[in-house]
This record gives sequence, C-alpha cells and structure tokens, in this order.
Amino acid sequence: MTPEAADVLAAAPDARARYVREFEASAGNGAGQTPAWLRAVREGAIARFAEVGFPTMRQEEWRFTSVRPIADTVFRRADEPVPSGALATAMAPYLLCEADRHRAVFVNGHFVAALSSLAGLPEGVTVGNLAAALGGEADVVQQHLARYARPAAGPFSALNAAFLLDGAFVFVPEGVDVEEPVQVLFLSSPSREPIVSHPRTLVVVERGARASIVESYAGVGEGVYWTNAVTEVVVGDGARADCYRVQRESGTAYHVATTHTHQGRDSVVWFHLVALGAALARHDIVSVLDGSGGLCTLNGLYLLGGQQHADHHTTIDHAQPHCESHEYFNGVLDGQSHGVFNGRIIVRPGAQRTDAKQTNNNLVLSGEARADSQPQLEIYADDVRCTHGATLGPLDERALFYLRSRGMSADAARSLLSYGFGAEILGRMDIAPLRAQLDRLVRARLQRESRRENVP
Amino acid sequence: MTTIEAHVLQPYKYGFVTDIDADVVPAGLNEDIVRLISQKKGEPAFMLEWRLKALRHWLTMSEPHWPNVKYGPIDYQSIVYYAAPKQQNKLESLDQVDPRLLETFEKLGIPISEQKRLSGVAVDAVFDSVSVATTFKETLAEHGVIFGAFSDAVRDHPELVERYLGSVVPYTDNFFAALNAAVFTDGSFAYIPKGVRCPLELSTYFRINAAASGQFERTLIIAEQGSYVSYLEGCSAPVRDENQLHAAVVELIALDDAQIKYATVQNWYPGDEEGRGGIYNFVTKRGKCAGANSKISWTQVETGSAITWKYPGCILQGDNSIGEFYSVAVTNNRQQADTGTKMIHIGKNTRSTIVSKGISAGRGQNTYRGLVKIMKGASGARNYSQCDSMLIGDRCGAHTFPYIDVRNSTAVMEHEASTSKIGEDQIFYCKQRGLSAEDAVSMIVNGFCKEVFRELPMEFAVEAQNLLGISLEGSVG
Repeated sequence: MTPEAADVLAAAPDARARYVREFEASAGNGAGQTPAWLRAVREGAIARFAEVGFPTMRQEEWRFTSVRPIADTVFRRADEPVPSGALATAMAPYLLCEADRHRAVFVNGHFVAALSSLAGLPEGVTVGNLAAALGGEADVVQQHLARYARPAAGPFSALNAAFLLDGAFVFVPEGVDVEEPVQVLFLSSPSREPIVSHPRTLVVVERGARASIVESYAGVGEGVYWTNAVTEVVVGDGARADCYRVQRESGTAYHVATTHTHQGRDSVVWFHLVALGAALARHDIVSVLDGSGGLCTLNGLYLLGGQQHADHHTTIDHAQPHCESHEYFNGVLDGQSHGVFNGRIIVRPGAQRTDAKQTNNNLVLSGEARADSQPQLEIYADDVRCTHGATLGPLDERALFYLRSRGMSADAARSLLSYGFGAEILGRMDIAPLRAQLDRLVRARLQRESRRENVP
Repeated sequence: MTTIEAHVLQPYKYGFVTDIDADVVPAGLNEDIVRLISQKKGEPAFMLEWRLKALRHWLTMSEPHWPNVKYGPIDYQSIVYYAAPKQQNKLESLDQVDPRLLETFEKLGIPISEQKRLSGVAVDAVFDSVSVATTFKETLAEHGVIFGAFSDAVRDHPELVERYLGSVVPYTDNFFAALNAAVFTDGSFAYIPKGVRCPLELSTYFRINAAASGQFERTLIIAEQGSYVSYLEGCSAPVRDENQLHAAVVELIALDDAQIKYATVQNWYPGDEEGRGGIYNFVTKRGKCAGANSKISWTQVETGSAITWKYPGCILQGDNSIGEFYSVAVTNNRQQADTGTKMIHIGKNTRSTIVSKGISAGRGQNTYRGLVKIMKGASGARNYSQCDSMLIGDRCGAHTFPYIDVRNSTAVMEHEASTSKIGEDQIFYCKQRGLSAEDAVSMIVNGFCKEVFRELPMEFAVEAQNLLGISLEGSVG
C-alpha cells in the first residue's frame, strides 16, 4: 500500500467519532462556570470537527504530512498534575534564566500556580491563565478569544477550541511597556498512556504597548503525547510584540500548532521560532496585517534529524496598504528527516505599496533526508514589490574546501558551516539569554550530527 | 486613469468563421460515439480498444478543481466530439483541397498552397477534427522524417504508434488526458530517425471552426538516437459567445542524445471584455528524456484562451538529460491562466531550467504553478527556476505556486520569484527620451519577456512580440 493510500484510511470515521464522543462525555464538566459564549464556541468547534475530521494527504494543505499516527492513537486528556520537586527540576532547563520573574507554567495543559511566577508585573498587565481571566478580564477575553484563529479554519484548531478549558493569557494595556520578557511554558509529562493537551494562548498587546513573549513547548519523560496548540496574538495600533517560540518536545511527541497574529496600524511584530523536537510536527502560522503601515517579520529555524518530520505552513496576509513583511526560514535536515515549508504571501485587492520578501533555505545533510518547499505568492494589487526565493542543497563544496585548506578538519568544517546556517536566524533574536541557550542547543546538535556522519 | 491605462481595445484578429459544410457526429459522449470516431478514421483494432479503455476509465473519474481558475460547469454531453470539413475522397494533391480551407489558413497567415509556402517550415494544418494538408512531406521523406496527420500515422505506421502512444501520458494520467484518449480525432505525428537533424522546422496549425465542438487533438513526436527536431504549434478559433473546450495531449520522446525543441504560440479566442465566450484550453503536455544526454525544451507564448490550464513537463529519465521550460503567459480582460511546468529528475546529473514570465492586465488572473521533483537516484541534479510577474492595472492578479520536492542530498535547486509593475517613472523616463507611451510599454514588456522570446525560432519570435502587443492593447497606453 502506498503511503498515500494508507493515509486515506486515517480519514476513517472512528477516529473522528472518538473525539466527538469524548466531547459529549465531558460537555457537562465545568459547564457551570463556562460562560454561554464560550460554550457556543466549543460546540461550534466540535460540530466543525465532526464535519471535516482528520485531514488526509489528498488534501492540498496536507499533501506532505500524514497525521495518521495522531488519528490512530487513542489519547487521553491528562489529569491535573500534582506540583512536585521533580517537576520543578524537570522544568529548569526550559526556563529563560534562573531569575526570570514573569512566567506562567502549564503541565499537561493545566495551569500550575506553584511553578509559575507572576511577580513584579507593571500595573494593569496580566499574565496568567484564561480560566482566571474569565473572571477578571472577561470582556477582553470574549472580544478576542477564537476570533482570529477561528475554529473553522482547520480540523486541529477546531479540536483545540472544542476542548478549550484553560490556557495562557497575557494582557498588556494601552501604552504600557513590559520590559522583561514574559514566558509561557507548556510542559508535557506523559505517563504510560498516551496523553493529549490542547494548550491555548491569547496575547493582547493594546495600542502603543510593547511586550516580549516567549512561548516554550517541552516534554519530560519518554511516553507518547500530543500537543495541539493554538496561539492568538493581537497587536493594537502602534504596538509592538516580540514573540519567540521554542519547540523542544520530546522525540516521541506529536506537535500540531496554529499561531495567528493580527496587527493594527503601524504595529510591529517580530515572530521568531525554533523547532527542534517532536517526531511529527506541523505548525501553521497566519500573520494578518490589518492596518496600514504594519511591519511583520517571521524568523524561523527548523533543525531535524533521525526520523523527524516537520511541516511549517506560513501565510502572510497583506490586507491593508503600506505594510512590509519579511520572512526568513532556514532548515537543516539530517538523518531520514523530512522538512516541509509552505510559505504564502497574499496581497489583497487595494493593499498597494506592499513590500514582501520571503526566503526559505534548506541544507540537506544526508542522502536520506527529504525537503519540500512551496513558496507562494498570491497578488491582487499592482503597486507592490514581492519576491520569494527558495534553495535546497548540500553544503557548498567550495566553502568546505576553503575551510579544509585552512587546516580545519572535515567534521569541524561541516559543523561550522551548518551552524552558520542556524546562526543566521538566531542572530536576529533580541533576548540574549534565550539566544545563548538556543545557540548552545543548535551547536551541540550539529556537532553530534557531523561527528556521526563522519565523511572524510 | 494613469498614463499606463488608456488605449482602445483591438478586437481579436482571427475571430472569423469559415462557412463550410461539416461532417459532424451528434453531441454527447458514449461508447457508440467513440466507436463511430474510430470507424470514421478507419483505425486498427488496437486503437479502438485503447479508446474504449480510456473512456471507461474516464467515466470513473471526476473533474479536478484544484487550479486557481473559476469557470462554470462543463456539460460533456453537449459537446460535439467530431467535426470535419466535408471532403469525401482521398486527396491526391493540394489542389483538391477545398479552396475555402486554403483561404482560411491564408487569412491566418499560414499559407499552405505551393507558391506561398513559408520556406524552411513544414506545416500540418488541422481544421476542427482533421488534418487538411501537410506541406513539404516529400522533402522530409527524403531524410526519413515522418511528419503528418496522426490518422495517417495510425494507418501507415501502426507499429510506431502502438509502441509510443500513451507511453508518456497514459490515458489514466488525468481527467482531461483520459477524455482526450477516448475521443481524440487528429493531430500531428513526427518521427525523426536515428542521427537525422530534421532539415525543416516542423509546424502544426490548429483551427477550431465548428460551433459547439471541442477540439481534442493528440501530438506524438519521437526523436530517435542522436536526432534533432524543432517543432512549433499555433492555434486560433472564431469569436463565439459560448465556451469551447480544447483538451489536447502532447507526448514527446527523446532517446539517447536526441533533442526536441517544442514551441507553442497559443492564441485561441480569449473571450470578450466581459469574459463571455473563449476557449477552455486544458492541455496535457509532457516530454520524456528517455535516453542519456537527451534534451527537451518547451517554449510557450500563451496569449489567448479564456482559461489556460497546462503544465508542459519533462521526465528526465536518462542520465545527463536536460529539461527546459520557457514561458510567457499573458492574461488580459477576464482571462485566467494557471500554467507552469513539471520537472521530474530521475537520472543522474539531470539538469532543468525554468523561466516563466507572467503578465496580468485588466482583470486577468495569472498563476504560475510548477513542480520540481528530484528523486532519490538523481544525484548531482540541478534546477534553476525563475518566475517573474508583471502587473498592469490594479484589478488583476499574479500568483506563484511552486512545488519543490527534493529527495537527494547532492541535488541543488534554486527558485526565485518576483512581482512588480511598470513604474510611472520608467514610462516617464522613456517618454522624456521621445518614445510614445505605447512604445515605452511595449519595449518594457518585450524586455521583460526577452529571455523567453530568444528561445523561439526567428519568424515566430517576431510573431510572438506582435501578438503580445495586440493582447495587451487596451490595458496599456
């Protein structure tokens, strides 16, 4: 059976029905506190999922990624964890630095106050969990939640919304500058059974405000788990958000995510992401420039080895004129990994004076690795400057020769050149401790890989 | 209104209808129609068998809707699948061809009568479902080159047809290829024997005339070891309010060291300003570089058709084989184009080059969609792709959807794309130096397309430039 034919079976209705049943079984839970509007969102979302089910490779958006392993596994939603010293230790490597003050920690999708640190926030700023915010800032939440990453957009965002009970909430009111980065850490700690969490994050940076948010996903332990995350970032007029996303799930994990940023007039978004983990990862990024004069930069790196599969789908939607977007995505592929990049730039009618650039460079280090790249331009306005470029290939033989002629070993030369590929992306990041941490990770990973390959 | 938008639309030049009695079969598609077509053409049994298999397969398929184009539903049962100008007997010489047919082609600038033939070009003229005349047959025969109507080839060289038909585009390939395989009526066939460099440019001119008919032609070109051929295809259709379907299949086979250059200047009726009428040009074209060091080059200039939907591709099977694709696609008024190429690298050290230029004006939508696939065994494969779009006016669209799939780490592939418009400042600069606005635009557009035009045979490069000027008139000034 071809992989595609095998994949079509993933559409079998039983996987779909399982989630619908689970939703029905848990619908009563917490119904008392859930506001009516949120209940409507959840019900609409599960209805949507029941309609579309899991995607198959026959669908254009999923032609390189089979979600069959996810559809086939029976996942259980994990119970609320008991905060423990072991968890605190396990969490340590994923924190920004020892002294970070603003962090919300979630374990298996549940907010853990004991591991979080929410001290010293400027006045009016909220960092915490959505469930609590529904009490305090219900208006803000209702105004934004599930309005951008709409459940109808895809089966996974529908599932996330259907099982939406809690998540992270960051709110920066008008004109406030949050100087220190805020970290939101989603930790998964599976036991013997495969577990699933549907983390939800809502970041609202109001007019003229500014904040840096670091979103981290990580796994501890060996078990199989699935993270199905949705993040919405709303940036008001003249505001700036620096978003960092570090995906370091364990090697047995499945990671599916949607990030949706929505920008007002003259706003700035920098979105940095580094994907290192997970056996199977799929990340959809949608950036909407919905006010004139906006600037959006996507800066991503995926580093894959072994049997890893990572699929990044990005859409930059120029809905208004005079906006600028830059997109840099580098991939380093080793082992039998498979990297997919699909980058789409849409320029809507009337979005004149758009300036959009996109590059996707892939370094293929092993004969078994596979890369797919689909840069796409969809342009409905004429006074625009749009370019995209994609490259795929091995290390440059001439550059290797140059380094070798200077006395560097083949291993060292290879790892230096591959490192340079990643360093280009990391160099654009502003938070120094995070950059240093990622730099160490990337360097260690590439050294390990070049040693293993060991070609004379 | 800016300076780049003021001019009168010139009507489609080739929109006349030839008043000629036609032999048409009833509209609709079923096994009887297929048998009738096969019988009319006096085909051997293997052909009918193949057609019926294709039809049965087609019936199990559904029409694909993934391209970035919009059109109303096509009623396949209302199409006339066979229409031929009436002439009963087998023609002995060109003098017996209906003068109205000769006149038609003359008007299209394709003289086929003895005196006026284009020197250096052998033309096969196809009118609706049949080939009416082929020039320079004798000269070609001296070199062993077989060139002429597909139906003649089926009769005279069944062994070649049976061996190669469907070997590049099988009837199972896609919806429209299956439809074509079931009902194709004529087309051109060319066979270049071993080591022969074809002394003339080969050319086929397709003309749709009958109403409510579709044109389903099939072209097969086989270049034996070490041979070379350059082939050009042109086409046009009368102005009609309803849409007509053109679903052709082209198969090219290049054996060891052979080279095929295939050029298309497509000028089907594009419909009027409001998007009424026009041809749906849904074509499957593919070449197979079966032998080592072979080369297939596609050049296309797409200015006509209401909808163009085609991806001339190369299967680079032989080691060191080369595939090239050069394209200029123009959409004006309400035209839509979803076109590009497929380069499948299978052999070692295979190389491909893609240069695509899209020009959108009026409310035209132009999409480049291309696949570059480098298979596991294609070590040392190399691809370079460049897709540029030019936008004229603020109601048109330009889209780029490349698919890049690399499964070999020694392969190198690069893709670049850009979108821009003709700047008022560029026009101003040219006008300031004494050029009229029209000349300035035509100069800029021609410069934009230069890389593609220089791949066309001389005479056609000139024709293509003129055609481009006509297609864009009304949108630029």
